[in-house]
Amino acid sequence: MFMDMVTLAAKWAIPVLLFVITVFALIRKVNVYEKFIQGAQEGFTTAVKTIPFLVAMFVAISVFRSSGAMELFVKMVSPVTEVLGIPAEVLPLGIMRPLSGGGALGITAELIKTYGPDSFIGRLASTLQGSTDTTFFVLTLYFGSVGVIRYRYAVFSGLTADITGFIASVVVCNIVFR
Amino acid sequence: MVNIIWAAMLLTGIVVAAVNGNIDVVTTAALKGAQWAVDFALGLIAIMTFWLGIMKVAEEAGMVRIFANMVKPVTRFLFPTVPRDHPAMGAIIMNLSANVLGLGNAATPMGLIAMKELQKLNKSDPETASEAMCTFLALNTSCITVIPATIIGIRIQAGSLNPTEIVGTTIFATSCAMFVAVVADRILRALFRRGRWR
Repeated sequence: MFMDMVTLAAKWAIPVLLFVITVFALIRKVNVYEKFIQGAQEGFTTAVKTIPFLVAMFVAISVFRSSGAMELFVKMVSPVTEVLGIPAEVLPLGIMRPLSGGGALGITAELIKTYGPDSFIGRLASTLQGSTDTTFFVLTLYFGSVGVIRYRYAVFSGLTADITGFIASVVVCNIVFR
Repeated sequence: MVNIIWAAMLLTGIVVAAVNGNIDVVTTAALKGAQWAVDFALGLIAIMTFWLGIMKVAEEAGMVRIFANMVKPVTRFLFPTVPRDHPAMGAIIMNLSANVLGLGNAATPMGLIAMKELQKLNKSDPETASEAMCTFLALNTSCITVIPATIIGIRIQAGSLNPTEIVGTTIFATSCAMFVAVVADRILRALFRRGRWR
């Protein structure tokens, strides 16, 4: 019931928003077409401005992954995390998640296929995928679009949130699904 | 911090590839990463142009201000440096709403519009993140997701008996993350104000 309502809201949100904005603007006597063009002018520059930032980040991530350095890193930290009740199988997902959305999704899909969607690992991987974010990607893209190069403490708070999401997923899945 | 992480990923990658004897992987991977980044940015042009146009219309009609006014109590606590009826507020709220509903295509442009507006308020150094930007990104990356649509899709494809059973655990974990993000942002903001370390 709740899920149906939320899915419905997601489907209707944007069409309703477009409709309401246009009607409201017409009532307020805004020249809708002209204003749309005026605002849209900046679309190209905003998108193109992010290129150097995204290239820098994705070159590093891509090299880190493809070289096997990430696997090595997972192997090094897995004895520690195993003690904390985190299955070694989901560790690469935890490390990949803040770096690359596509990469993390690939790992999740792989885990679900290998262990089954209704296995403990399958459920944990699903929860992890939904409750953490591609922090580095978001930071790079968002700051890049306005030319900010010094992120101050944004990396700390973003990663703190990701680690919390990871730990909370492991704990709640251990309680609910074990 | 970003400098260290960036260099660490690149350098360990190169060293590991050299030790493993497949150094040629580095060049391919670097070029593939660059290609992916440019493809993404080019894809962004279309949705960015579209949403910037719509947002301009909404702003001219005074809708963004009305919207921002509705959520005033929460935003005043989270973004004390942003004026209540500033367009940044409207974009921030719309970005977070889109995130909650899992509307990735709308969330990213809204987020970039919010950053653009926040940059206008960034009076100090335009190359350094403002406090409001840090708070916004902390909220954005930890935002509660009500429908993890992609993952439900993968579970259905894999033949799960109950594809949506992970929604509850996801909402719980992501709520924890969001709470901690807000607290961490507050603490870090105070620390950085006092110490002024970068």
